[in-house]
Amino acid sequence: MTPFDYARAGDTAAAVRMGSVAGARYLGGGTNLVDLMRENIEQPASLVDVTGLGSAIEERADGTVWIGAAARNTAIAGHAAIRRRYPALSRAILAGASGQIRNMATLGGNLLQRTRCTYFYDDAARCNKREPGSGCDAIDGFNRIHAILGASVACVATHPSDMCVALAALDAVVHLEGSAGARTLPFDALHRLPGGRPDRDTELQPGELVTGIELPSLAFAARSTYRKVRDRSSYAFALVSVAAALDVGGDGTVRDVRIALGGVAHKPWRAHIAEQSLRGQPATEASFRAAAAAELADAAPLTHNAFKPELARRTIVAVLSGLTETPMKEMAP
Amino acid sequence: MPITINGQSVAVPTDPRVSLLDLLREHLHLSGTKKGCNQGACGACTVLADGERILSCLALAVQFEGRSVLSIEGITDDGALHPLQQAFIEHDGYQCGYCTPGQICSAIGMASEIERGVPSAVTADLASDSIDLTHEELRERMSGNLCRCGAHNGIVDAISETYASRTGASRPAVAEIAE
Ligand SMILES: Cc1cc2nc3c(=O)[nH]c(=O)nc-3n(C[C@H](O)[C@H](O)[C@H](O)COP(=O)(O)OP(=O)(O)OC[C@H]3O[C@@H](n4cnc5c(N)ncnc54)[C@H](O)[C@@H]3O)c2cc1C
Ligand code: FES
Ligand code: FES
Repeated sequence: MTPFDYARAGDTAAAVRMGSVAGARYLGGGTNLVDLMRENIEQPASLVDVTGLGSAIEERADGTVWIGAAARNTAIAGHAAIRRRYPALSRAILAGASGQIRNMATLGGNLLQRTRCTYFYDDAARCNKREPGSGCDAIDGFNRIHAILGASVACVATHPSDMCVALAALDAVVHLEGSAGARTLPFDALHRLPGGRPDRDTELQPGELVTGIELPSLAFAARSTYRKVRDRSSYAFALVSVAAALDVGGDGTVRDVRIALGGVAHKPWRAHIAEQSLRGQPATEASFRAAAAAELADAAPLTHNAFKPELARRTIVAVLSGLTETPMKEMAP
Repeated sequence: MPITINGQSVAVPTDPRVSLLDLLREHLHLSGTKKGCNQGACGACTVLADGERILSCLALAVQFEGRSVLSIEGITDDGALHPLQQAFIEHDGYQCGYCTPGQICSAIGMASEIERGVPSAVTADLASDSIDLTHEELRERMSGNLCRCGAHNGIVDAISETYASRTGASRPAVAEIAE
């Protein structure tokens, strides 16, 4: 690890001031950043500890829920309002990492965590994300965990977060604070596709701080869930995952639906095509299959992940079928 | 402000690169906490910070200024064995013992999470505030602690016996543990 300075931010203004200095990085639980620093993949000149900033989780009068960026993953997953109103979010968090890591990890850090591409982690390999212009050893390498949607010739890395897949499906709003002031971004606009700039994971400006997220009041999110498919039943990143919320009318047609996929792209993949094709259709397995097929029509698998499009289609169908059949209060993954 | 470690006041290291794990092992010679992977993947370095289980290898010691940390050396203050330690002996909850301090600290933290109603990935009803410590819950909740000797069945048995009465869950049948 290269030497660095460490300071705790007492408030948001101080954090942004210290975080806007060249070479500075924000520090949440450290579960991703400290690991990357130890591998010399990240070499910040200074760390601004933001774990003392807002961590409140509040239900607001207008029906929205606010979650401060310093809220720990365990606190979010266990919060009564999240468990009851947004079960997909609780389940996504609980599907990730381990009890110890969820106790440390913050909301802000989870959003900004970096890819688990093994070539990104290996400084002897070529990686355009780590070293722009160097090339990508994953494209012709061992690319089982890599992207099948929205990738580029420069980068096939995936975003590793489970929580973010649920937040994408739930239309969360991200609140930011930077030296130019405060702004918000729809969750789907936070993370980027790689294009020619895979070194940029998100649309954040240098020094911009995530202060929290807002969950919209979405009544049918009470009928939502998250399903993760992975190589072992716990403590492993997703091969493919699906977060979905489903609103079925009395006549059995889909009134509204939200679907997002994990493990398939450089960002949590909001399945707009599948959603659009489902609205107004009967909530049947045949419709779910057609919607899943439409979403994955452009999937471009690599040498070692040809299984992913079919796995994604089947997982979408299984999740939506499960949501259709299960009474609201008894939903399990 | 210092860090309180096993009840003792300890100065925060001047170099912010020092992990909480290295502070324990190298600076304080508390070698009970183990360094397995040093990258968050094994759980051998698990300690309790203000009662919550965390990985000391991914924690910078400076972040724990003003907080209270317990390592395996501090889980009882009278030198006697913690009930979990006794149960690990009785149920063959270890072979080489390398993962054991982390397993025990993790189990203590896990039990308090259950008491607080924190759900897990296998909790069927998220709306419920009470959780039974079933065999399945226990396996899932302890999945952040790997055991290379494969002592998991003894570990699960020791933990479920220790906490069965507390959570109201009945002890899993022997056949269930053996699977
Ligand atoms: C062994 C292991 C297994 C894991 N398994 C999973 C898994 O299955 N699923 C999953 O989803 N995750 C998994 N994770 C990843 C884990 O969820 C993340 O490491 C964690 O969420 C990061 O949060 P943190 O607070 O520790 O972030 P940090 O490591 O502190 O920071 C991560 C990044 O976020 C930036 N940052 C932090 N806070 C802010 C802020 N407020 N504003 C702007 N930037 C900020 C930092 O500068 C840094 O770049 C795993 C991690 C490990 C080590
Ligand atoms: S040594 Fe910390 S998790 Fe392995
Ligand atoms: S007892 Fe040897 S690693 Fe668990």
